[in-house]
Amino acid sequence: MNSSPTMTPDSINELNVEEVAKSAATKAHSDSTPPAMRSHKLGDFIFHKVTFVFALSVLLVLLGIIASLLKGAWPALHEFGPKFISTVEWDPVNDQYGALIAIFGTLTTSLIALVIAFPVSFGIALFLTEICPAWLKRPLGTAVELLAGVPSIIYGMWGLFIFAPFFADHVQPLLAGSLGNVPGIGKLFQGPMIGIGILAAGIILAIMIIPFIASVMRDVFEVVPSILKESAYGLGCTKWEVVRKIVLPYTKIGVVGGVMLGLGRALGETMAITFVIGNANRISWSLFSAGNSIASTLANEFGEADTPLHVSSLFALGLILFVITLIVLSAAKLMLLGLQKNEGKK
Amino acid sequence: MPPTEQALAHDALPAALQISNLNFYYGATKSLKNINLSIKDKKVTAFIGPSGCGKSTLLRTLNRMYDLYPGQRAEGKIEYKGKNILDADQDINMLRAKIGMVFQKPTPFPMSIYDNIAFGVRLYENLSKGEMNERVEWALNKAALWGEVKDKLNKSGLSLSGGQQQRLCIARGVAVKPDVLLLDEPTSALDPISTAKIEELINELKDDYTIAIVTHNMQQAARCSDYTAYMYLGELVEAGVTDQVFMNPVKKETQDYITGRFG
Amino acid sequence: MASTNPNSISSTARVMDKSINNGVYQRRLLTHRIGITLSFLAMTIGIFFLLWILLTLFMKGFNAFNIGMLTESTPPPGATGGGLLNAIVGSLLMVGVATLICTPIGILAGIYLAEYGDENWFAQLTRFVTDVMLSAPSIVIGLFVYAIFVANMNHFSGWAGSIAISLIAIPVIVRTTDNMLQLVPGSLREAAFALGAPRWKVAILVRLRAVKAGVITGVLLAVARISGETAPLLFTALNNQFFNADMNKPMANLPVVIYQFAMSPYENWRALAWGGALLVTLSVLGLNILSRTLFSQKIQG
Repeated sequence: MNSSPTMTPDSINELNVEEVAKSAATKAHSDSTPPAMRSHKLGDFIFHKVTFVFALSVLLVLLGIIASLLKGAWPALHEFGPKFISTVEWDPVNDQYGALIAIFGTLTTSLIALVIAFPVSFGIALFLTEICPAWLKRPLGTAVELLAGVPSIIYGMWGLFIFAPFFADHVQPLLAGSLGNVPGIGKLFQGPMIGIGILAAGIILAIMIIPFIASVMRDVFEVVPSILKESAYGLGCTKWEVVRKIVLPYTKIGVVGGVMLGLGRALGETMAITFVIGNANRISWSLFSAGNSIASTLANEFGEADTPLHVSSLFALGLILFVITLIVLSAAKLMLLGLQKNEGKK
Repeated sequence: MPPTEQALAHDALPAALQISNLNFYYGATKSLKNINLSIKDKKVTAFIGPSGCGKSTLLRTLNRMYDLYPGQRAEGKIEYKGKNILDADQDINMLRAKIGMVFQKPTPFPMSIYDNIAFGVRLYENLSKGEMNERVEWALNKAALWGEVKDKLNKSGLSLSGGQQQRLCIARGVAVKPDVLLLDEPTSALDPISTAKIEELINELKDDYTIAIVTHNMQQAARCSDYTAYMYLGELVEAGVTDQVFMNPVKKETQDYITGRFG
Repeated sequence: MASTNPNSISSTARVMDKSINNGVYQRRLLTHRIGITLSFLAMTIGIFFLLWILLTLFMKGFNAFNIGMLTESTPPPGATGGGLLNAIVGSLLMVGVATLICTPIGILAGIYLAEYGDENWFAQLTRFVTDVMLSAPSIVIGLFVYAIFVANMNHFSGWAGSIAISLIAIPVIVRTTDNMLQLVPGSLREAAFALGAPRWKVAILVRLRAVKAGVITGVLLAVARISGETAPLLFTALNNQFFNADMNKPMANLPVVIYQFAMSPYENWRALAWGGALLVTLSVLGLNILSRTLFSQKIQG
């Protein structure tokens, strides 16, 4: 549909003359690039390169970490082979090392922490988004975020000096008396009640990661469109039903991602655990017993490791920890990205 | 309908921008179809049409604003000063210094009123302090804002009211002395009094600048513009002298839109 | 007010009553009440532990507060009294240097991600890696810096400690800068481009400026985070019993001192550990509150 105004031969001639004059002027204009343009191009170029280099450095650090860990761990890995991961032995005196004790400690404390932290964080996130009265939301939300910022060494100290005695005197006897007598899982809750150990470390770790997971879950819950929830309320659903049937399915992936982020944090945590895990290089069925995690082994022994094999084994532990956390965090991130993509499509 | 004498006289007027066979794509979707239009020099051309008809898209091709977004591309020819601005070798920054734009929402930069105006000027000109002061005052006068802000040039641009902010944006666009001013629904976020002030402004500005204005307000188009182009679904349905388009439209679709039968 | 008129409201209500299964509804209500109570309980548990921990910290920490804590250096084993001066100075120095390192790197990398992040896979990858590094184990970072710096230079140093904690802070700053920049409305950027401004001027003079406060908040939060980090300093800055302001030598710092003193058998050491813990917590909380109040970011438009 051609709709330009039609032209007569006279007007075309007039315009032609004007056009020629104009194009001559433009040619002269563009032949000499004004200095402003040149500096703009240079500026853009430098800007791109400089910011690129700094962004690249972040990637390089990650690669550097993996490379240096591999280099440090190589002697131990070479000496012990893949059996390193499954050997239950950590004997600096005889220079024999196996990672299983530390891996076991890391995994069990993190697992205990997650089992406790997940429902509590979930409840907190739920409370903050759905149940909390408006005037209380900001202060409580801020309180949770501030808790998340408290350094982990505080949790460790509090755990050792305040929680452990209380745990030993009141909670552990209770657990031993009740769950300790249940066939099957009873073994978990029997043993020396000294307040520190795997279970205590797991609980302290849980308290530490609760604010973190709660924040992530709260952010995920807040994204649910209120129109969706209002339609459910409009049908007469109770608040709990709206949560179970609308909010949860919508945020499933985000919740899992948040939990995995918390797991990633828990796996790598050092100070909160080192105070209360007991630093004993052994594995036992009892959760009350002392143990060791990868991070606490490193914290305790790296400073004083004398033989190269000892040092290298510690590096190997670090490498294993880094790889595990990398996998867990990447999976969590991918899930959360998937959630974002869904929102984008909707 | 044979061209009238009035139409012939208009055809003879020089064009600041000549659009030929313009097609525009958002990804695979063609949103502008074969547009041919002459934007007359030192006149006001208004673009009207229902939402989604492509008028903003068309405006944004004129200063290659779409270049910021991968996936959007334009094909065809838009001739400005003898060159097709859609060519790959067109310097886009220079182009935008000559073809300015004011947006629907006032967008003052996070700096003082003075710096807002000076920002664009500093990009391409090296003025002394005195010359810059003069330019800032001149631009603010052109936007009918000088009286209201002359004592608070150091205050943040965000401290002004909505209408004042929009006039600040117009002053900012005018300060760099462009040839063309593109106004994308400049008053739709403003109250009626600010709107009236800006329409007055447009009337004064057209003495020095070519103006293309997109508006969803037909009365505004009728009040402010010399030429009007009616668009629908990415096509240019009709374009011509404003009075003629509104009182004696050639196409039935134009008439339907103007009389409110749809849109 | 019973009525035999079938059209009256109350008899309609009675008809409706019959079709609502009271049993089902009561059960639903019960489930709802249990769920809400559990959630309330969770919140209470959270607040309970928060208060317990903070209260203990404040009480034990304030007990150790005295002028000596701020003027004397750490006491040798067995000696009485003493303070945390060397640790405080050491921490200030190392956190200060780390801030100087991580702020430009983090902000520039964040700018790169915000400006070019949608265009290429490299930027997407960097974003991903940054987010992963945010939660990476800090003790491994310490190992890395040890392997690169300490082992090669053959001694622990304040510089190594600074580098280690700045590696932890950088992803935080990159993330917050990137997020903040992305909040700037597109129309503001377009307005700058429309004047013919080159990309780098739009990015720095307009976009970055619009979220100045938010970016500063990101830096403050990163600093807060690294002030309390212990693990990365264990093998890099180590610790120093004496006052030392030479970054080339091992440096005392609050977190490691707290760690060593807390696990020790000496009464005064443990008291100092609590005092140090309170100091660290107060600075972290202070930085957090500062960023929320002084530098709260309002997004334009």
